[in-house]
Amino acid sequence: MPITYTSGEQIEVYRFSIPVTVGVPLIALFLQAFLPRRIPAFSYVDLPLLVTIFFAMARRSPIAGLFTGAAIGLTQDMLGPYPIGIYGIAKTVVGFGASSLGAKLDVENVGARFLVTLVFYFVHAGVYFWVARFMVNLTLHWSWSHGVVAGLVNAVLGVGLYHLLDKLKQRT
Amino acid sequence: MESVLGRYRNLTILVVVLFLQVLGLAVQVKRSGDAESTRLIRIWAVGAITPFERALVWTQSGGRNLWRDYCYLRGVRAENRDLKQQVEQMRLQEVRLSEDAEQAHRLQSLLAFKEQFISKTLAAQVIGSGGSDLSRIIYIDKGKNDGLKPDLAVITANGIVGKVLMVFPSVSQVLLINDQSSGVGVMLEKSRLQGVLRGTADGEVTLERVMSDEQVSPGETVLSSGGEQIFPKGLPIGTVTSVKPGKEMFLNIHVKPAADLARLEEVLVVTEKQEQSPVADSGGRVRAADILAARLPSVPDKPVAAAGTSIPGQGTVAKIQTVAAGSAKTAGTERQAATPTASPSALAGKTPEHTSVSPTSTPVAGKASPAAKSVTVDGMAGASVPANSPSSKRKTQQEKPPVAQSNSQPPVTDDNRH
Repeated sequence: MPITYTSGEQIEVYRFSIPVTVGVPLIALFLQAFLPRRIPAFSYVDLPLLVTIFFAMARRSPIAGLFTGAAIGLTQDMLGPYPIGIYGIAKTVVGFGASSLGAKLDVENVGARFLVTLVFYFVHAGVYFWVARFMVNLTLHWSWSHGVVAGLVNAVLGVGLYHLLDKLKQRT
Repeated sequence: MESVLGRYRNLTILVVVLFLQVLGLAVQVKRSGDAESTRLIRIWAVGAITPFERALVWTQSGGRNLWRDYCYLRGVRAENRDLKQQVEQMRLQEVRLSEDAEQAHRLQSLLAFKEQFISKTLAAQVIGSGGSDLSRIIYIDKGKNDGLKPDLAVITANGIVGKVLMVFPSVSQVLLINDQSSGVGVMLEKSRLQGVLRGTADGEVTLERVMSDEQVSPGETVLSSGGEQIFPKGLPIGTVTSVKPGKEMFLNIHVKPAADLARLEEVLVVTEKQEQSPVADSGGRVRAADILAARLPSVPDKPVAAAGTSIPGQGTVAKIQTVAAGSAKTAGTERQAATPTASPSALAGKTPEHTSVSPTSTPVAGKASPAAKSVTVDGMAGASVPANSPSSKRKTQQEKPPVAQSNSQPPVTDDNRH
C-alpha cells in the first residue's frame, strides 16, 4: 500500500470544532504538567508535541500547522522556567514540517505516523537544543540514551493517541 | 516581489513567525534572566493550569487519607508498638549524644563559630510540574500570599529538594536539584571535600569539581555546604553511588538524592534561617549517665492520686496527678512514676519539670527514688541505670537544665501548617 500521494489522488483535509481545537491542546498541557509527578515515566512523553503533530498532519495546511505549533509551544514555555519562545520556535518548525509532510504522505497509515512522529521528535529536540544553547545560552546537555528512548516512546504513544483523536475529526 | 511572496507564502509566514519569537527571546535574554518581563503571561498560564491541578491533588489526597486513616488500619497496633520502642531507644541515644554536642558547642564558641539552623518552615503540597522532560521543576500550592519569595530552600524530611525559583500569588515554581541549570554547594560528610552538585539531562545528579586525586567512596553521604547562601549547612542531599575518572582533572561522581525527587508530594519551604553563636554551657562537665539519672522517676512522698495505666509489654506506669501549686506536694502538672519494671521513656519526655526542680524552692521536690537504681529499659539490653547515681547528686544537677535540653537545636518545625 503506497503511503505517498500521486497527483491524481484527492488529499483529505480535516477540520476540528473550536472546543476540540482549544480543549485538546490545553488538556495535553495540563496532563504534561500533572502526570510526570505521579507517573515518573511519563516525563519521557511530550504530549503537546504529539498534539501539534496530529493537528498539523490532519489539517494539512502549513500555516495552520505553524500557528498551532507556535501557540502550544509558547503556552508550554510559560509553564517552564526558561525564557518564553524556546518551545515556541521548536513547535512552530514541527507544526510547519508535519503539515507540509501531511500533504504529501498518507498520514492515516500507522507506519507513516510512527515514522513521522519519531522524525519530528528529533527535529523538535534538535531545534530546542539549538535555540537553548546558542540563542539563550542555557547549559543543556544532550543525552542520546534519553533521546532515543523518549523518541520511541513518543512514536508508539503517538500512534495510539492519533487513533483516539481521529474520532474528533470533521470532514471539510 | 509580490509574486515571489505569494509563491512562497507559507515559507514567508514561517520566517515571520520564527523571527518574532526570536525577537521575543532576544529581548528576554538581553534582560538577563529578568523574569519580571514575562511575569504577567506566566501568571496567566499558571493560573489557567494550577486550579485543575489543585482540585485533582485535593481529591486524590482526600480519597487516600480517607482510606488510609479510616479504612485500612491493618498493622497499626504493631507499628505503634514498634515506634514506641524506637522512641525509647532514640531518647536514650539523644542523652548519649548530647554530651558530644555540648563539647562541640564549647569548641565552636571558643572559635566564635556561627551556626545556622532552620527556624521556620512552611509545609506545601506539590501540585504539578513544568510540563517538560528537559526542565525539572515543580509547582507547590503556596505562593506570595503565604510569604514565599525566590531563592528559599525547599526540603523534605529526607533531604534537600531544590529552591524556589518564581513566586506567583498562590503557587510557586521550585527548581529541583536534578535540573540541568541547578547548582548546589555540597561537601562530603566524612572527607569534608567540597564540590558543586549539578543535574544532568537524564535527571540524575552529579558532583562536580572534586579533584581526581581525592578519595571518594560510594555510599558516602553528601551534605549541603551552605556556600550558596540558600541551603543551611549540613542538610543531607544524597549518597555517592559511583565514582569514575571524569574530564580534565576532576572525578565524575554520581549521587543518589536523599529525597525522592520523582515522587514528591509534600515539601517544606525554609522561610526563615537563623544564625547564632552556639550556646555553650559554662558549668561543669555533665555526664550522660547523670542526665539520664536526672530523668529517672522519683517517688513522691504521698501521691495524691494514682491511676494505673498499662502499656503492653512495658509494665505498669502509674500516672500521678500531683496537687496544684500551693500545696506541699503539688506541681499542677502530671508526673509519672514507674514501677521497677516500667520504662523510663514515659518519664523522659517530662524533662522540663525535672530541670526546673529545686528541692528547696519548688513544690515538686521529688525525692530520689530507690527505684531509679533498679529500673531497666524494655528493649534496651544493658541500658540499666547505674546504681551509683545518688539522689543528692541528682538534686544538685537538677538546678540547671540538662545539656540535652539547653543545647539541642530546634527541630525543623512547621509552625505555619495550614
